[in-house]
Amino acid sequence: MPETKPVLMQGNEACAEGAIRAGVRFYAGYPITPSTEIAEKMAARLPGLGGVFIQMEDEIASMAAVIGASIGGMRTLTATSGPGFSLKQENIGYAIMAEIPCVVVNVQRMGPSTGVPTAPSQGDVMQARWGTHGDHPIIVFSPASVYETYYLTIAAVNLSQKLRQPVILLLDEVIGHMREKVFIPEGSKLMVEKSSDKVPADWKPYDEKGLTPLVPFGFGHYYHVTGLFHDQYGFPTGEPSQVERALDRIHEKLDKYRDEVVLTNYIGHKEPRVVIVTYGCTVRSARAVVKKAYWQNRQPVGLLSLQTLWPFPAKEIEALARQADVIIVPEMNMGQIFGEVERYARGEAEVISLNRYDGEMISPDQISEKMGRWLS
Amino acid sequence: MAVIEQLTQDFLRTKKLPHIWCPGCGNGIVTAALVRAIERADCDQRDVVIVSGIGCSSRAAGYLNFNTLHTTHGRALAFATGLKLARPELKLFVIMGDGDCSAIGGNHFIHSARRNIDLNAVVVNNHIYGMTGGQHSPLTPPGKKATTAPDGTLERDFNLLELARGAGATFGARSTAAQPRQLEQLISRGAKHKGFSVVEALSPCPIAYGRKNKLGGPVDMLRNMKEKSIAVERASEMKEEDLQDKTITGVIYSYDVPEYAEEYYRAIGKG
Amino acid sequence: MGNRQEVLLTGAGGQGLILASIMLAEAAVNDNKNVVQSQSYGPEARGGASMAGVIIDIDTIECPKVENPTVLLCMNQASFNKYMPMVKPGCIVIVDSTFVKGPFREENKIQMYPITSTAKEDLKREVVANMLALGVVNAAADLIDRDIFRKVIIKLAPGGSGELNQQAFDLGYRLYEQGAEHDSGQSARTSR
Repeated sequence: MPETKPVLMQGNEACAEGAIRAGVRFYAGYPITPSTEIAEKMAARLPGLGGVFIQMEDEIASMAAVIGASIGGMRTLTATSGPGFSLKQENIGYAIMAEIPCVVVNVQRMGPSTGVPTAPSQGDVMQARWGTHGDHPIIVFSPASVYETYYLTIAAVNLSQKLRQPVILLLDEVIGHMREKVFIPEGSKLMVEKSSDKVPADWKPYDEKGLTPLVPFGFGHYYHVTGLFHDQYGFPTGEPSQVERALDRIHEKLDKYRDEVVLTNYIGHKEPRVVIVTYGCTVRSARAVVKKAYWQNRQPVGLLSLQTLWPFPAKEIEALARQADVIIVPEMNMGQIFGEVERYARGEAEVISLNRYDGEMISPDQISEKMGRWLS
Repeated sequence: MAVIEQLTQDFLRTKKLPHIWCPGCGNGIVTAALVRAIERADCDQRDVVIVSGIGCSSRAAGYLNFNTLHTTHGRALAFATGLKLARPELKLFVIMGDGDCSAIGGNHFIHSARRNIDLNAVVVNNHIYGMTGGQHSPLTPPGKKATTAPDGTLERDFNLLELARGAGATFGARSTAAQPRQLEQLISRGAKHKGFSVVEALSPCPIAYGRKNKLGGPVDMLRNMKEKSIAVERASEMKEEDLQDKTITGVIYSYDVPEYAEEYYRAIGKG
Repeated sequence: MGNRQEVLLTGAGGQGLILASIMLAEAAVNDNKNVVQSQSYGPEARGGASMAGVIIDIDTIECPKVENPTVLLCMNQASFNKYMPMVKPGCIVIVDSTFVKGPFREENKIQMYPITSTAKEDLKREVVANMLALGVVNAAADLIDRDIFRKVIIKLAPGGSGELNQQAFDLGYRLYEQGAEHDSGQSARTSR
């Protein structure tokens, strides 16, 4: 294994560096706490790499510019926080419909509205899922450390390119702002998907048969890109059977590649009685508790951390619910992933929520107190 | 005629015709002028991109045989800004309606002008929201009726080209669907201009605007447009009061100012 | 978890405590330790009581939040008032006697050093009080190898000020070696 030197890195910085590593060369954004460091890092780094940084007039324009640049063939990213994420939603829907790859980062802060801009929260889980209108698929990642932020950003860029689908990276203020020691692997240790420059002879921009690469504008393939329902060539259609087929097709992409899209990590007892299911910075407190309860005290407990929030890891929860008596879902909101866990536990295990929404992290003590009641 | 037929073959998606526009609509005339202007400006078909927003005129993108990008309402210029910066060699024409450009897209319009990014905006101004059935827009003249202004709008309208000039646009021109040759020339000059160019094309909407305001049929509306139009050279010799209610046509302004995409790439050492 | 050190650097915005905390964290990385650095953001980080936390451990650091400080530095009265009540007995408390005037309760074994006034008088530069404080903190709590720390200061100090910052850091060590003041800041050193 090649020696890599550890570095001190901030979460937001890791997001920017991960993006650059994954080949992102276009950033359009608008300043908003607590995500601004990502824009600042990109503004400092991209020009030197021949890339484009532009601060747009608003969040809507940033999202639009990113999609425009993707159609030009660049790998793109934009970052924001809750209020800006709301503004980006219409164009995120456009990118889903027109199948344009891009990565959207939301460093969550305490809301609704202006809320507490500097306080952490995990309140945008449902906005990330259902923020844009219509029955759309979406991929949402949520890292729990600075290093996870780095590699999930790379994964987000890769998947976005491969599936021609926007990917949302849902950070929280704790992860975005903290600095941590990380090892950044050198060379080819982290896979960055290459885009193919060969265009198949029978290339169609929206091939019914399945995944097809995006051929950027300017290479003589005169196709149409629209947010309207469209046929294989991109031209508008309102024909009911074609509309239904088109909507099915954008969902099937995610179903087909589910194993690459849905990422989770389980630690703890093989036959747990109590399992914690959580994501983002809350994983950190939960891991402190489970390490102590399982490694030190051999208690039958486990932790399932969700790197992917959407598509929801339903199978994983179903399997856990068959083993465990109780699933505890701590989250820094009033209970958003809780409802999904309960749905897929299907009554096989009791699901209880642990919520905090005062702008502070959930502490290990809070989790171990809740857990303790089920272990005695 | 053969030239025109060839142009139709090359630059129109003839299989997508007939278009969806109402009889008497000016959008077809403006689109045809755009196609001829692209030919006249000597653009390579591969480099041309048509970007449009949402509205009647924005549907033109679907009929034009280039790389075409039909975006969200009001955001065409913001999409185009990203694409132009990613691929500065492309030649972008951005078709917008009056509501699309000056209401919901007003912010992007002024900021595109401020940056002086090389996009060619063609604003088809029919003074009304046509696709949604006739609501007033920021370019509906005061007193004119719309479904959302049943007694005539009390709001003042923008002078679109002056708005753009104030925001820093470096090329502003105006013509009408009644003068398609002039319109073609102006769009072509806008295309050759380096920087943000705006061509405002007045266009009749007999169904949603003309009927409501008793402006007669399509022919009456076109005739009226032609009669009211005064070339900018002539207008400069006329008194202010004689210009009330007139449409000044031609190149209203043209300045040389560094273009944004070129400046950006020069600044990062890739220009 | 016996190795876990939770260091809270507190004071007024503008005293350079965020930079000090990043230097401490970077030094921990270079000293082959695990580390998490965080800080208070937003309006509360300007003036008043701003805070930066550094957790250092040999083990993997799970919870990134400072819960039980093992070292507390207070560089002004407001931060002393705010953070002093959260520490438990056994925590090393270091205060800048230039600004912090008490009340000092017996059970907390507070160590007082004239940090800012020494920076002003001995180095003629009040701005390096943060480095002086780092020297005192590192000497008192024995967190990071001193040479590694000195190198980090050179690397991260704002353009051209590396040596001055290093001097201040060393002066912090000297201050610590001379011993803390014991009453409420009335020793001979401060009245010099």
